[in-house]
Amino acid sequence: MTATFPTRALRALALVVAAGAAGLALADDDENKRMNINHPEYRSECGSCHIAFPPALLGTGSWRAMMAGLDKHFGSDASLDAETSAVITKFLVANAARRDTSGSDGRPQLRISDTPWFRKEHRDGHDGITPGIFRSEAVKSAANCAACHRNAAEGDYSERDIRIPRNGARS
Amino acid sequence: MKRHTLWILLAGTAVLAGGVARAAETPADFLARYQNEARQSAPGFSASAERGEKFFTTTHGGEWSCSTCHTKNPAARGKHANTGKAIEPMAPAANPERLASTRSVEKWFGRNCKDVLGRVCTPAEKADVVAWLMNSPR
Repeated sequence: MTATFPTRALRALALVVAAGAAGLALADDDENKRMNINHPEYRSECGSCHIAFPPALLGTGSWRAMMAGLDKHFGSDASLDAETSAVITKFLVANAARRDTSGSDGRPQLRISDTPWFRKEHRDGHDGITPGIFRSEAVKSAANCAACHRNAAEGDYSERDIRIPRNGARS
Repeated sequence: MKRHTLWILLAGTAVLAGGVARAAETPADFLARYQNEARQSAPGFSASAERGEKFFTTTHGGEWSCSTCHTKNPAARGKHANTGKAIEPMAPAANPERLASTRSVEKWFGRNCKDVLGRVCTPAEKADVVAWLMNSPR
């Protein structure tokens, strides 16, 4: 009786450790590290016209340039008051990619879908991506992450949650 | 001493009331405000839902009208013309978050008027649009 207690406890502990390790391995496979969008002002101000993109997808130079040009933001006026802009810039820079996201001309890239990382991950044929899918009625634009990444609005880009709509079809 | 306490109570109540009044802005407040602003330059001005609808659903020299993204039905969900993201209905009857905060209303008029007209909207234009949105059924 006295001998079974520690054995059982050890067995339970081993199970917990194994489950934890499996969870970590899964998280690693899912490539969803550092997708922090947990900032109320960022989410409400920069999540109206498009979802709140993860700051980790662009470097600090790109985010600074983005925030300095909100009056001409991809063809729309997305101006913010100076105070809100400063608070959001701070959050973006603190959670930005460590890599630099400047283009070949040396200027910071502003479009996430122009970065080499994005282009590689979203190339035709990769993970079921069909040619023209980004321009289809169901997706419309590479900015529409949630068309395929079902939980993108929450910053979750886990591969198990990807559902690519059939080309041209409404999902 | 007693008088002092009374003053503190009164001041506290006033601050609370002020806070509540600011938090609870109604669509009618915006209509009244923009209409009054418009009357500064045109004393006989009266907001028109009909003009508001026309303003909202036609282009003004650019590629987009308001309805390009918001649809011609203020009670319906819209879709951003560039990103495809859903936009909740504009009519306060369909979406109680609309016309409820100066900060939000001014921010969006400021941005979207530049996108659609290439300039800020006049108080008269804003009053007309607000009148139309308020008229829309659920």
